[in-house]
Amino acid sequence: MADDVRPDVPAIEMRGISKAFGSAVANRDIDLTVRYGEIHALLGENGAGKSTLMNMLSGIYRPDSGSIFVGGREAVFAAPRDSIKRGIGMIHQHFKLVDVMTAWENIALGSAGGLLLNRKRISQEITELSDRYGLDIKPDRKVYEMSVGEKQTLEILKVLYRGARILIMDEPTAVLTPQEIGKLFAIIRNMKEQGCAIVIITHKLNEVMEVSDRITVLRRGEAIATVETACVEIPSLIEMMVGRRMDLSIKRPPCEGAEELLRVDGVTVTGKDRKSALDGISFTLHSHEILGVAGVAGSGQKELCETIAGLQAAEKGRIFFEGQNILGKSPRDIIRLGIRMGFIPEDRLGMGLVGSMDIVHNIILKEYQGQKGVVLRRGPSAQKAQRIVERLDILTPSIHTPVSRLSGGNIQKVLLGREIDSDPKVLITAYPVRGLDIGASYRIYDLLNEQKAKGVGIIFIGEDLDVLIELCDRILVLSGGCVTGELDGARASKEEVGFLMTGGAA
Amino acid sequence: MILPLRITKKDDVPRRQMAAVLVVSIGLALFFSGVVMLFFGLNPIQVFGTIVQGAFGTAMRLEQTMIKAVPLTIASLGILVAFKMKFWNIGGEGQIMMGAFAASWVALYHQGLPAGAMLPLMALASIAAGGVWALIPAIFKAKMGTNETIFTLMMNYIAIKFVMYLQYGPWKDPASQGFPKIPKFPDAALLPDVGGMHAGWVLMLALTGLVFLFMNFTKKGYEIAVVGESLDTARYAGMNIPAIIMTAMFISGGLCGLVGFVQASAIEKTLTWGLSSNYGFTAIITTWLARLNAVTTLFVCLAFAVLLQGADYIQLALHVPAAVAQVVQGIILFFVLGSDFFLRYRVKWIGLARARKEAVQ
Repeated sequence: MADDVRPDVPAIEMRGISKAFGSAVANRDIDLTVRYGEIHALLGENGAGKSTLMNMLSGIYRPDSGSIFVGGREAVFAAPRDSIKRGIGMIHQHFKLVDVMTAWENIALGSAGGLLLNRKRISQEITELSDRYGLDIKPDRKVYEMSVGEKQTLEILKVLYRGARILIMDEPTAVLTPQEIGKLFAIIRNMKEQGCAIVIITHKLNEVMEVSDRITVLRRGEAIATVETACVEIPSLIEMMVGRRMDLSIKRPPCEGAEELLRVDGVTVTGKDRKSALDGISFTLHSHEILGVAGVAGSGQKELCETIAGLQAAEKGRIFFEGQNILGKSPRDIIRLGIRMGFIPEDRLGMGLVGSMDIVHNIILKEYQGQKGVVLRRGPSAQKAQRIVERLDILTPSIHTPVSRLSGGNIQKVLLGREIDSDPKVLITAYPVRGLDIGASYRIYDLLNEQKAKGVGIIFIGEDLDVLIELCDRILVLSGGCVTGELDGARASKEEVGFLMTGGAA
Repeated sequence: MILPLRITKKDDVPRRQMAAVLVVSIGLALFFSGVVMLFFGLNPIQVFGTIVQGAFGTAMRLEQTMIKAVPLTIASLGILVAFKMKFWNIGGEGQIMMGAFAASWVALYHQGLPAGAMLPLMALASIAAGGVWALIPAIFKAKMGTNETIFTLMMNYIAIKFVMYLQYGPWKDPASQGFPKIPKFPDAALLPDVGGMHAGWVLMLALTGLVFLFMNFTKKGYEIAVVGESLDTARYAGMNIPAIIMTAMFISGGLCGLVGFVQASAIEKTLTWGLSSNYGFTAIITTWLARLNAVTTLFVCLAFAVLLQGADYIQLALHVPAAVAQVVQGIILFFVLGSDFFLRYRVKWIGLARARKEAVQ
């Protein structure tokens, strides 16, 4: 059973927790205390060890050493269900809901009880919980009919129903619009008033400052400090996260003399579920500009990139590259036509690169089609690999190291380096800084700005609205496969973009 | 059950450690097969000695070993090309049979061919037939995404039963007094000896070199490797994936088909339905053990041939049942394939007490 809540005893106390995966140390001697009635932010860059630490709390991993106390009693979790029994609930970034079932069915699923479901009782309990915590859920609504925000609320309700008093949320705002984030924070504050302990894993500083009571900063697997939010400023948090002072403003050099490079005209793409993934999309891309594309995940960003790159068949429409219609041409045709277009796909190791091959063989990927004869020539590509490694300061033992061994930032630099090196006129980048640490992200922004200065037209699919607004000259907003707006980057506000992301018609 | 161990993933294994793990696993395999032999009342030292004698003892036994190494190596090279693309071709048996069938058709029904043309034409026919047999599942995979594992497996039985039908039916030798066998090939259709054994060994060495060069130094070999790693990346790079799948499978099946030619021409001197002798299946194991490297494949197949020949010999010399030889083979495979686990994961002893503590709530 969940432990009784005594306000003087911390909800969670983790002492000297260490965890290693192979030779990589994910957590080193971490102490963490979370109290009932507080919102505790776990702040750190990607790879700092936040998720590992919380996965040990939710019973997914076991620590190599150290101990965990829940409500003052020691806990050893062999499986997630042990953690649930002690009143801990984790809400993952990717929701674990059954689409075709209703809200109450999802809640009843897998919870304790007899063979038969007492529908009336469950519904009643759900209503009680909803009222108590201010959650807005219709028990009979099917999951596939819900927005992302509603699904998340349902996830919260699900763990509360199972008796959780300690909630861990992994990057809860990543998939939400600014409006939905506001609602989520209201719910979290309400739960805090009710005496719950809430841990939020995040790397977004503004949100941390807005909602949390205390912050624990992790860096490279170690706990750097735990501070009261009221007594700390953003610059010192950055310093704790990154290890040095950093200016977090992104430059947007003004663009000059823009000519049209790419014109997308009424492109419609049917997705796998027969619904339109893209519905009559039209826009233009000019030289010397970065065009941002904003949207809730799955609004057609992937299809848009892949259609332009020739990887996705379209139903209708035209795409003009300097006046030539390239829609319906395969990547092979596009290479043969001598169209200089670079594409950095979302899934770097699954699409842009071959993980088990070295840097040279990944450079060859874009070169070998132009080679004559049957023999594969490595020489020129090896030189190019060396040049890219030096130009972009890629940290690698050698150009013959498999790229999957490199860090996320360096993998991205190999990909970006290859695409830039082919001297493109148009560069399509899908979530180019996802998973990268702050330093690497800013290096990528600088590289994109360099290309922009050279006259390249860049499409930047992004998820962080702050970055989109600071970096991009124009922002195109997608919602459900349609363009719901086009904004001037210098004048756009987050609220405005967020409004358009949800369709703009509410 | 609670194990006093903690198992974690390893990042990188140096070559030296890989060799050490291999040596230890072979050592353990020999030790445990020794235990099994003791159990059967055999002296393990004597049995191992006899295996070595059986494989190398006389010029004739050495030839027998090589006779097993040739088809195994060539078939493994064929399997390698498909496996590199993660196309699980387990249809080697059928491709060998179809290759043998085509070579036999040339040999038996075109007896007027000049001596110089007979063998090359048989070889080409066997490559074409084995290649086409492999191409059928490849086309379905490339165009419709069917599962190649089941498909290639089933194609084996069709090929074997087809040859059996020929042997018992239309191709039966009328001069054999009802005995179901196909007539012997004419002399022009028999593979000549080179250096004391049939010329297949020259083919084996040449093909090992060719496949190595093909996989590592040609554009097609590179494309096959990329398709094996990720279809999306191959698409992204503008590769013609169906063409690559079909080319690779034609080569894979063609090499297996060539095995059929060698076995029919040099060993059976005719077509028989038992001709493939499981080489198509054994090749899957040797290719895997060789980690899809052509040169390593040659050495693994030679070692395997020693084992196969030695096992045959101990049955005769020591009157050991065939089952014992198979048990030894099985144990060796178990350890060598199992050692892979220790190359990928690190196992740490943490003691029973701690493991219990972690397991209970």
